[in-house]
Amino acid sequence: MKFVQEFREGSAARRYARAIAAITTRPWTLMEVCGGQTHAILRFGIDRLLPPEITLIHGPGCPVCVTPLELIDKALAIARRPEVVFCSFGDMLRVPGSSGDLQGVKALGGDVRVVYSPLDAVALAQRLPEREVVFFAVGFETTAPANAMAVLRARSLGLRNFSILVAHVLVPPAMEAILASPRCRVQGFLAAGHVCTVTGYAGYDRLARTYRVPIVVTGFEPLDLLQGIYMCVRQLEEGRAEVENQYARSVRREGNTEAQRVMAEVFEVSDRQWRGIGEIPQSGLALRAPYRMFDAERRFGLTVRCAAEPAECIAGLVLQGVHTPPECPAFGTRCTPETPLGAPMVSAEGACAAYYRFRGPPEGRGRDGDYR
Amino acid sequence: MCLAIPGRILTIADDGELTRRGRVDFGGIVKEVSLAFVPEARVGDYVIVHVGVALSVVDEREAARVFEYLTEIEGLRELEVREPGPEGPGRQ
Ligand code: SF4
Repeated sequence: MKFVQEFREGSAARRYARAIAAITTRPWTLMEVCGGQTHAILRFGIDRLLPPEITLIHGPGCPVCVTPLELIDKALAIARRPEVVFCSFGDMLRVPGSSGDLQGVKALGGDVRVVYSPLDAVALAQRLPEREVVFFAVGFETTAPANAMAVLRARSLGLRNFSILVAHVLVPPAMEAILASPRCRVQGFLAAGHVCTVTGYAGYDRLARTYRVPIVVTGFEPLDLLQGIYMCVRQLEEGRAEVENQYARSVRREGNTEAQRVMAEVFEVSDRQWRGIGEIPQSGLALRAPYRMFDAERRFGLTVRCAAEPAECIAGLVLQGVHTPPECPAFGTRCTPETPLGAPMVSAEGACAAYYRFRGPPEGRGRDGDYR
Repeated sequence: MCLAIPGRILTIADDGELTRRGRVDFGGIVKEVSLAFVPEARVGDYVIVHVGVALSVVDEREAARVFEYLTEIEGLRELEVREPGPEGPGRQ
């Protein structure tokens, strides 16, 4: 497909890898922020193309993985109600709450449906006026404009049976929390290209300056990632710490202002718990007052007691780039995609699942997709 | 979750601010997509689509830059190999 296949071309990938090796004189640790990028790196074996001095660590960029247990439990409580049609993206269905997952609710007769778009959930609410349609609004800044649009549409259609369970997270505060941590190993960031397609990247200037860290807005295809890594390493080797844009075919400095406008109309910034990490101030979104009638938490008056995470799971440290998944003692043994202990093993974009799928359990060898 | 893919706009139906939409071809699979956030998009343009909503129009000139940049940096290395500067050409 155009703008996909040509960015996967093996010989160009190897040429980029040689160019990176040619400028690398010292060890560098880079973090890719987005789970989609983590997945592509392992799928195409990008990390294995790089010179040994370069270490890629994986960031908190999987909204499925960072949705707190409490919110999953709220989703389960809502989905169990007989009047509710609970709509979600597919990757939320197997994320464990403290009492099972959405897939389990569905198996027991709950009306849980996978939708492709929040707009599909609005259309469903229109078709089923006698049911309560609830959409699980999970995602970063990439997804928030679509969810905001769904709320505006529901309002203009006068729907009273549509609501959303808001679980939005914002990327820059998480990057800052990682940089501010004493355990931070990150020397350069590959920023999430699709988040920046919406938000632009002017907001990253302060981060790059304050923490002296290069930030390169990067796309998702192998050549995007390799070019992003080249740009980042070049800055590090030259002692620069600037914001650069590798993904200029989609990302403009100011972002998508129309999407930002709709997002800001419907949502306001709020404090937010991150699963495995804890609270990060001003890192989430909540519905603004005029749109609270679309807030599922209010509509169903939920009180959910929060249970503890499985003690063995080190997801919080994986999500902050302190450890890689194979360093987790449960990885591939007590924790597998079939019996996950933590969210990063569940979500297709979770770092643990990506390692398991493309590198196999401990001692396993890589399988598909390598360029070598 | 944040994956978004490029597709080509086949048709556009414009019936209001939040309801501008189009049929978009993703390598043979055609889906209806909201074009409300890309008012500049025209039939034939490639748009990056995420959860049923187009977020940007692909800039074809910038797309070519990924390949031009590679050629540029390789050219640069050749220069360095021929005339090493005071710091030398780096690792070969
Ligand atoms: S491998 Fe499993 S238990 Fe270990 S951090 Fe990942 S999700 Fe948690």
